[in-house]
This record gives sequence, C-alpha cells and structure tokens, in this order.
Amino acid sequence: MTDQGRPRIFLVEDHAVFRAGVRAELGDAVEVVGEADEADAAIELICERSPDVVLLDVHLPGGGGQAVLAGVLPTHPEVRFLALSVSDAPEDVIAVIRAGARGYLTKTVSGPDLLQGVYRVAAGDAVFSPRLAGFVLDAFAGGAGAGDLAAGLDPELDQISPREREVLRLIARGYTYKEVARDLMISTKTVESHVSSVLRKLQLSTRHELTKWATDRRLV
Amino acid sequence: MPLRRSTETRVLGGVCGGVARTTGIDVTFVRIGFVLLTLGSGIGILVYALAWLFVPLEDEPTNIFSRALSDRRGIRLVIAIIPAFVLVQVVAASLSIAYVGTFTWPVFVAAGAAILIKRNASAAESAWIDGELVPMLSIGTTRHSRWRLLGRILGGAFLAAAGLFILVSGHGIGTALRPVGGAVLFIAAIVIVFGPWWLSLLRDLMAERQARARAEERAQMAAHVHDSVLQTLALIQRSAEDPTQVVRLARAQERELRSWLFEGRLPGSIAEHATTLSEGIEVLQQQVEADHGVTVEVVVVGDCDLSDALRALLEATREATVNAAKWSGAAEVSLYAEVECDAVSLFVRDRGRGFDPGAVPDDRQGIAHSICDRMHHFGGSAVIRSAPGSGTEVELSMPRRELVR
Repeated sequence: MTDQGRPRIFLVEDHAVFRAGVRAELGDAVEVVGEADEADAAIELICERSPDVVLLDVHLPGGGGQAVLAGVLPTHPEVRFLALSVSDAPEDVIAVIRAGARGYLTKTVSGPDLLQGVYRVAAGDAVFSPRLAGFVLDAFAGGAGAGDLAAGLDPELDQISPREREVLRLIARGYTYKEVARDLMISTKTVESHVSSVLRKLQLSTRHELTKWATDRRLV
Repeated sequence: MPLRRSTETRVLGGVCGGVARTTGIDVTFVRIGFVLLTLGSGIGILVYALAWLFVPLEDEPTNIFSRALSDRRGIRLVIAIIPAFVLVQVVAASLSIAYVGTFTWPVFVAAGAAILIKRNASAAESAWIDGELVPMLSIGTTRHSRWRLLGRILGGAFLAAAGLFILVSGHGIGTALRPVGGAVLFIAAIVIVFGPWWLSLLRDLMAERQARARAEERAQMAAHVHDSVLQTLALIQRSAEDPTQVVRLARAQERELRSWLFEGRLPGSIAEHATTLSEGIEVLQQQVEADHGVTVEVVVVGDCDLSDALRALLEATREATVNAAKWSGAAEVSLYAEVECDAVSLFVRDRGRGFDPGAVPDDRQGIAHSICDRMHHFGGSAVIRSAPGSGTEVELSMPRRELVR
C-alpha cells in the first residue's frame, strides 16, 4: 500500500464502460495504477506494476480470470485478487476462488460495498458475497460424510467449524461483517479471520463437492 | 383505584378479576361469591352481566353501554326478547312454580346485556370473545364434537324429564293439563302479535351480516387493486421513456388481473408448476422483481420438494418480500433460505427505513398477522425484527417431515 494508505488497484475488465464506472465509483479513495482488457496484457502489466489489489473480471477474452491468476500468482504471490462477475453461477465463483482470488463480488455491488471489499482484500482478508457464503454452506453441508473419511480427507480442511457456519449463515442473510460481529458478539477482526479461514478451506479442500467443480473445469 | 374489568385475569368478561384487584380480595373468592349469588336467586348472573356492560375494560376509556346506546338494531333485539320474557313469566305463574319466575328475570336481563356486549364490544374485546370465549362456550360446532353432541342430548333429555316431573308432581296429569293449555294459547297469542316483527328483525340481522361480508370483500378487492394495479401504474409512469418495459409491465398486470377476475386465482399465488423449494423461490423472486421494481438477492442452501406447509412458507415469504419492497424504501431485498434435516429456515431482510413493531397501528397489523397466521397454521413460526432506521428482518421457520432430497 502507498504511504497515503490508498490501495493501488488494477482493473482487468473487457467492458470499457464498466471500467469507467468502477473508476468513477471508487474515485479518489484508491489509486488506479492501470487497466487491461484481456488476459495476456493483464498478466504483463500486473507483474510490472505489482498493484495491491486486482479487480478481476471472471469472464475475459484469452482464458478468463483464471488465466490471469495462473499467470501472476506463481511469480507475484503478494498481489491480491478480488473477482467481479455478472453471474453467480457456482462454477464461476468456485473456479476463481480455487485459482487464488481472495474474494468474490457480483457486478451489481454498490460503490461503497465495492470499496470496502477492496480495502478488505488489500488488508489480506477475504470478501464473501451472500451468494458465495451460501455456496460454501451448500458444499460443506453436514460435515464430512463417511465417504469423505474413507477417502482420507483432512478434517482440518474439509469441514467448517460450527462458528464458521454461523458466520457464513449471517453473511448469506445479507449481513455485513460489522453486523455479523454484533450479532455473534465477537469483534469484526474475528469475523474476518473466520472468513479467511473458510476461504483457505475453500481453496485447499479436496471435498467431493469442490473437486467436482475443479475436475469439471479442469482446474486440478 | 376505580373499578375496571381485567384483561389478564378473565374467564368471561374480567369482572371478577377487576373486583379482586380493586378490593384486594383473592379472585377465587370473588368468583365463588358470584357463583353462590347465582345459585341462590340468579342475582349473580344479573350483576355480572350488568357489570360487564357498564364497567369499562382497563385501558379503555368508555364502557360498552355508552357505545350500545347508538346501536339501534341491538336495542331492538333486546326489546324483542321482552315478549319471550313475559311469556315465560306467565307460563311459570300459571303452573305456580315461583322459583322459575324469580330466576327468569336475571337470566333475561343477562341475555339482553349479552346481546349488547357481543355487538358493541371494542375491537380488542371482540377478538377475545370470538377467539376464546365463543369456542369455549360453543357446543357441537367444532370438529371434535361427537362427545359434546352426546353431552348436549343427555343434558336436554335431563331437563325435559325434570320439567315433566315438575308439571306432573303435586297436580296429577288431569289438573296439570289445564294450565298448560292456557299457556299454549298465550304463546300462540304472543307469536301472532310479535311473530312478524321477530321475522323482520331476523331478516335485518341477516342483511347486516351480508353487508358486512360485502364490505370485507370490497376491502380485499381494494387491497388487491392497490397492491398490484396501482403499483404497476406507478411503475409504468416511472418507466415512461422505456416502451418495452411499459409493455412488459402492462402485459404482466393484465395477465394477473385476468387470472384473478376470471379464474379466481389469487394474485401472487406461487405458480403450480414449481415442485421444489428453490424453484418456488425463483418464481417468487421473478414475480416480486417484476411487480415492484426491486432487486431480490436470493441465496438458497439445500433444496427439497414442496409440501403444503412449504407452499405456505413460500406465501408468507412472498408477503414479507412484497412488504419489504413496498414499505422499506430499500432498492434491494435479501432472501436467504436454508434447508436443514428437520426444518426450513427463511430470512427476508431489507436495509430500508424499518419501523417500531410495537408502534404499528392496528389497521396496519394485518400484514404481520397474515404472515404469522400462515406459518402457525402449519406449525411454523415467524419472527419480525425491525427498528426505525435499521431495516427489517423477517425470520420464518417451518418444520419438515419428508426427507431431504
């Protein structure tokens, strides 16, 4: 982050109108260090300028958002990605998250919410939309089944804790982190750490529901 | 402390509870007192009925009688039972059974009072009477009525036997017949004189009931027109520069209105073809978004087939969502459904202006009631949380019996 505390962000988005809209909504609160409209150019520019946060369109010419993640993260693991998409299709969401994005928002998100998401990702936390929280609850429903245990899954990674479930449930109900914290009588920091932990599980777990998406999309 | 009828300790009208609080005597003793007074001469029932009529309910400024003064049809009804009273008195006198005579007039005064009470009780007390008292007192009108019917027949047979015994005892059959014959003639006279009037009164009452039903129907119609048609017209005005949107809105409204007017399908009922919860929610989302111009953010975790209970849950959800769309002022409503092994939970949340649930005027309570009623009917529950400025959340929960898919 720069000295002024403004996160340096990079836009990867193929619609020029939407890029302009995002720029206008984020305004002076961030420093936009560059933008790209297709995957190859994005990888090159991001590696060159190493922004704090990349706002990444999931659907992109030249391999989509996943190609950008795959091209940048091995050499620049410090760059953080926040995915934006018009669709909430679980396969889109899960693909970019497992490819390394730290958050996911739909494009209908309001300006202030987007800004908050950017700050959160810049600070190393995860950003879950209600839809993503719902999806995780679905994928991790009912704890590890007998089949999972037989497959030798790691309970650390393949189950979410009751507390994490509570947090996700409130996020799925449309609560902000602050409201979740108030409702559960914990600090916002704790909520953030729960969500980050869930994000890690989402990225690393080999649960059937998740690996199915991954294999379907040839991500493994 | 002035005498007020109690709303907390009440079996009938709360008179004993009120007396107990004013005098400090235990309510049980007050009740026993009233029962003893009734057994002695019937005076207890008379005092009770008059107290119900003249003593206002706590937290109500006026008593029922002051309202009954302007209820002309009620007063006519009371007058109409006077000939019946005279009749019973005459019959009792002719049979020289004095204690029937003494019991008659408290009972008739109480009956008159009961008519006025039933017709002129405040809205809150009417709700209590219709909801608690009438089911408690009514015999043979509820579904589990076989035993009650038996009880009624036995009770009637016992009374008839007792009457016959009184007539015959001490007179002998021959001497008993003469006064009975006189009484029958007298009854005939009264029926001839008052019969037409009673009939017209009865017709009046039925007309009144029909008028009330019509008024309810009209209110329902107005509510529907307001909900859908006026809402759509407002949306059409707002999107006047977008012809396709105008056409779409108009067509959707036309379809809904037709199905309501000609097929009798209630507006907004969840489409029949939806067979699973997530499908039903999707239909609901589309309809509410189209009708009210808000975004409905839907998150569904798990899924299951729709049962009647879950359809009711969806109807309640629709109502909560439409309500949020109409009143909250928020452009987005969040809807979260989670299917668990034993229940389906559903949350409808907006970040709009919110309200103080305790301060909603009675005439606006309808929405909350109809949501809660729908849920309670199938054993579910509904909780509404809101505060001014911090939005509203409706939490619905419905137990489920069939298995998760």
